[in-house]
Amino acid sequence: MIHWFKYSSPQTFYPLAGKVAPWFGAISVVLAVVGLYISFFMAPTDFQQGESYRVIFIHVPAAWMSMFIYMVMAGWAAMGLVFNTRLSAMMAQALAPTGAMMTFIALWTGAFWGRPTWGTWWVWDARLTSELILLFLYLGFMALTAAIDDVRRADRAGAMLALVGVVNVPIIYFSVKWWNTLHQGSSVSITRAPSMAAIMFTGMIVMVFAFWMYCIAVALTRVRHIILEREQHAQWVQELKEAE
Amino acid sequence: MGAVAWSVFQRDVRIALRHRSDVLTLFVFFVIVVSLFPLGVGPEPQILREIAPGVVWVAALLACMLALNRLFAADFADGTLEQLALVPQPLPVLVLGKVAAHWVTTGLPLVAIAPVLGIQFDLTAEAIGVLVVTLLLGTPTLSLIGAVGAALTLGVRGGGGLLALLVLPLYIPVLIFGAGAVSAAAQGVPLSGHLSLLGATLAGALALVPWAVATSIRISLE
Repeated sequence: MIHWFKYSSPQTFYPLAGKVAPWFGAISVVLAVVGLYISFFMAPTDFQQGESYRVIFIHVPAAWMSMFIYMVMAGWAAMGLVFNTRLSAMMAQALAPTGAMMTFIALWTGAFWGRPTWGTWWVWDARLTSELILLFLYLGFMALTAAIDDVRRADRAGAMLALVGVVNVPIIYFSVKWWNTLHQGSSVSITRAPSMAAIMFTGMIVMVFAFWMYCIAVALTRVRHIILEREQHAQWVQELKEAE
Repeated sequence: MGAVAWSVFQRDVRIALRHRSDVLTLFVFFVIVVSLFPLGVGPEPQILREIAPGVVWVAALLACMLALNRLFAADFADGTLEQLALVPQPLPVLVLGKVAAHWVTTGLPLVAIAPVLGIQFDLTAEAIGVLVVTLLLGTPTLSLIGAVGAALTLGVRGGGGLLALLVLPLYIPVLIFGAGAVSAAAQGVPLSGHLSLLGATLAGALALVPWAVATSIRISLE
């Protein structure tokens, strides 16, 4: 019988994460090199947007990860609340800064793309606005867990907030979308030409996987540090220290 | 079960009415924030009419948020909340009583004064009516969602600013539907969609939030 919960203990997960994280990091670097080569040297110049469209090779993966990480974070948070596993809460904690960074990158690169294409850094487009709100949700999660000294309470309070947030994310998204279509303030939209050259698509997908691997590697590394910090008084951490 | 919620409601309303200045301060805050906008933007009726729904709604959002620390903080400090959590009746029901009392003493006064502010902003009678209806439907949702934030931040450092960071992003849908309905009424566009969505958020919040608040209170009391 497989013991499913073997790696749900920080003690067993710590060495496992240490073993696999470098691999995810290495794969991420390889994929990023390939992806960037495709996007800068092989993908043709867009006939409408010129060279500036190349921002999407960073922008789309970052935006994708920013939303996906929030879901994963809420999933870990729910698991931590339900099963009362310490490691789940640590995973949620480890994912939040990466998610916030991805959201920030998506917003930042979006502005750099918008300037030459739309002639403005920022429009109150539905997607931009909901991405901005997502950044606030990440910051709220991080601020709440940072403000509570008791680790156990911080974990559970953060988990509760992440769950409330995840219920709200679709509501926020659709409300912002309707708000935008109602106001018609800006006539621009992000939807670009539906047909994308195959090579551009390949470059983007490779970059998406590179981002994916990067996020896993960083989250695992961060969770290792969180484990060490929280379990510093545990026997096995002391033994680890002696062994080194 | 209902009786317990009712007695919690009565108790909280009575306490709020004995601290009348707290209720009044918030009320005045709302009026002042709204009155600042014409001074900042300028007195042209055309512009005022356009920004009125958003201004009144944003001010209502801020006022509701400022009132949130009153919801559980005093009971948390003197241990009443702990006793309430031990009551055999389900905690979500008690929470509902507390939130209802909170809304009656903070949300309802805002709804009552809103028509006067609408007149100041030169809104049509119909738009003012819609403003009142949206505030009636929307402010209970604000109190409910805010209660989660208030319960999570009980006794936490930097309470006020942190609470704003947690709660305001979650308030955005209510703001959009509420202000949108009033704008639609002012422009003579059908607004039943907005009102239905406001009602739907209220119904959803009523169904889910008491449990989330009860869990949050138990987390904070541990």
